[in-house]
Amino acid sequence: MSEPPSTYLDHGATTPLRPEVAHAMAEAGSEPLGNPTGSHRPAQRARRLLEEARDEVAAQLGRDPGEIIFTSGGTESANLAVLGTLDAVGRDGGSPSVLSSAVEHPAVRESCRAAARSSSVTWREVPVDRKGVVDLEALAGLLDEATTLVAVMLANNETGVVQPLDRVVALARAVCPTARVFTDAVQAAPFIDLATGTGAADLVSLSAHKLGGPVGVGVLAVRAPGGIAPRQFGGGQERERRSGTQDVIGAVGLASALRLAAAGRDESVRRVRALRDRLAEGLLDRVDGALRTVSTGAVTLPGHLHLCLEGIEREELLLALSGRGVCASGGSSCASGALESSYVLAAMGVPDELARGAVRFTLGHDTTGADIDRTLAVVPEVVASLRRQR
Amino acid sequence: MRVLVAMSGGVDSSVAAALLVEQGHDVVGATLKLWGGPSDSGCCSVADVDDARRVAQQLGIEHHVFNLSEEFDRHVVTPYVEAHVQGRTPNPCIECNRSIKFDRLLERSDRLGFDRLATGHHARVTGGDPLRLRRGADMDKDQSYVLSMLGQDQLRRVVFPVGEMAKSDVRAHAARLGLRTAGKPDSQDVCFIGSVEGRQGFLGRRMEFHPAGVVNAVGEAVGTVDAVELVTVGQRRGMGHGSDGARRYVVAVDVPARRVTVGSAAEVMVSSVTLPLPTVTWVDRPLLPGARAVAQVSAHGRPAACTVAAEVGALIVRFDVPQRAVAPGQSVALYDDADPDAVVGAGIAA
Repeated sequence: MSEPPSTYLDHGATTPLRPEVAHAMAEAGSEPLGNPTGSHRPAQRARRLLEEARDEVAAQLGRDPGEIIFTSGGTESANLAVLGTLDAVGRDGGSPSVLSSAVEHPAVRESCRAAARSSSVTWREVPVDRKGVVDLEALAGLLDEATTLVAVMLANNETGVVQPLDRVVALARAVCPTARVFTDAVQAAPFIDLATGTGAADLVSLSAHKLGGPVGVGVLAVRAPGGIAPRQFGGGQERERRSGTQDVIGAVGLASALRLAAAGRDESVRRVRALRDRLAEGLLDRVDGALRTVSTGAVTLPGHLHLCLEGIEREELLLALSGRGVCASGGSSCASGALESSYVLAAMGVPDELARGAVRFTLGHDTTGADIDRTLAVVPEVVASLRRQR
Repeated sequence: MRVLVAMSGGVDSSVAAALLVEQGHDVVGATLKLWGGPSDSGCCSVADVDDARRVAQQLGIEHHVFNLSEEFDRHVVTPYVEAHVQGRTPNPCIECNRSIKFDRLLERSDRLGFDRLATGHHARVTGGDPLRLRRGADMDKDQSYVLSMLGQDQLRRVVFPVGEMAKSDVRAHAARLGLRTAGKPDSQDVCFIGSVEGRQGFLGRRMEFHPAGVVNAVGEAVGTVDAVELVTVGQRRGMGHGSDGARRYVVAVDVPARRVTVGSAAEVMVSSVTLPLPTVTWVDRPLLPGARAVAQVSAHGRPAACTVAAEVGALIVRFDVPQRAVAPGQSVALYDDADPDAVVGAGIAA
């Protein structure tokens, strides 16, 4: 099969590894690395690289290095945040309860569901408004002095909608000072300053591959009295919070990706937003029946564009776009790779018929004006051909 | 030409895709996710999707997953349950071919600009105008029965690449190419029903069963059954033996009356079956009353010579030699008397 030139607008799924990150990882692996828990020189070198990476991550998050736990990625971080927090409270004889927004990533949502299934944990979902923003009044109504954990993401993976995290934290603190707030910052990390954006939260999760780093490494930052209960057991690494030999080269990659993202953030936000806005206006103008899923009043990540195309089946659209070299996403898929109806869009009240034509374009650090030009040329043609009757 | 090949994750559709690639066509693979529930066979599990995707990768073609589970539920699973509520015995594979594969998927294939939709069915399309639908070359694996509802409009847009092959050759070809599906067992039974729960378990969670009395031809009570909805006309299992010691068969099922009528091997034989006209389809042109044909009443049933007749609102199939009664809901495929490999039409038994 001949490969068409590729325009990659699926950075929300995963981002290309940045060359500088690859270089930093290669550099780290260029000399023998021992197991960081060992005592010889290669072990000490590994330990140094790991702790330097931890210092860098802590600095970017504006936190103490002791709060930083390296994990295998965003999903593990979310599981540890939710289940580890609920376990820690349950361990102390409490009866834990968790509130999560109705648009959390499956890593958070399914962790909550698993917790609620297997123990005395109660779990309630906090609705969102039509823009996909968590309903603070509803949150206030659901919070009580016994609330253990509140999970609200920094920005949504499907729509890119940014949540009012500071207000969520303030509300939680006011009603229940002992409640902890967890924010999944995985999707937001490339574009939002993490120290200010997540500073108020007790727990923050990150994943390297969403910001130009490698797949398979993530972070959970934990600032909480009493800490969290571990979810996996063994050698007691990461201060007894996450056993298992640390992925030193991965941690180096993650730290490098975070540093790069931070250094170029202001410029990248401006540049990517301008490209995204051009794409949005162009598609809305050239594609009949194209609607913004998120109304213009909501704050979204600069790289996200979520549209619903009336009368189009997104499975057909994505296949046809792929054939023309444009990589986009339907927003949500299951283990088989089949697209599933989106609970995020359902929570926002998007009608089913419209959600069938949902498509997500996510731009990133390597997106160019030429990518946007090609997408603007290809999408209207593809949509027209799909609408044409045989 | 551009061909969309429906890949179930089985060996037949794997080889269908391979043959099309070898013939130089521009091929894209698609696997249908049809069923969200538990299942361990057929076209619905993650493992089957993985097999199909891996084969596509080995062949160097693009692969996509189409989620048609809502449509499948609406057009196949729900009617399957509703038919049992009425004591009918439907063939869900035929309904899936009718309303999913050769309707929704075929339309999608058209919209995406493919010239043909390919599947791994053992059947052949021959001729020009009109096209004929024929049995697969491997008579043991022939699937023309489950495709017998197709018409010209569909046949001109489909291709069955393994229809000319013996199943052993299909497997040998897959093995030569190193495809991981080469030794995969053939799928059995209904794809959305797991072998552990079975039909009774599956239906039991979706409908109510009712006990019924079993009577003989003269109305004498001879037993009971726990679920009248699970009893099928022609069934022998569980019906015991008559006073003469001979096996008994189900002759009739009356769900509202909660009554199953049984009879001897002779009493279950019928000389005709009625196909209501709204269920009747023709591959090309209709058989006229009095025309000779060959009927097949199940996927691997023995063909029976017959004559067709017309009645108000229905087509009557009169068998030359009496046949075991055809259960209401079962599909009847009609083949050409002069060219018995060719399907001429189909209908559903009243």
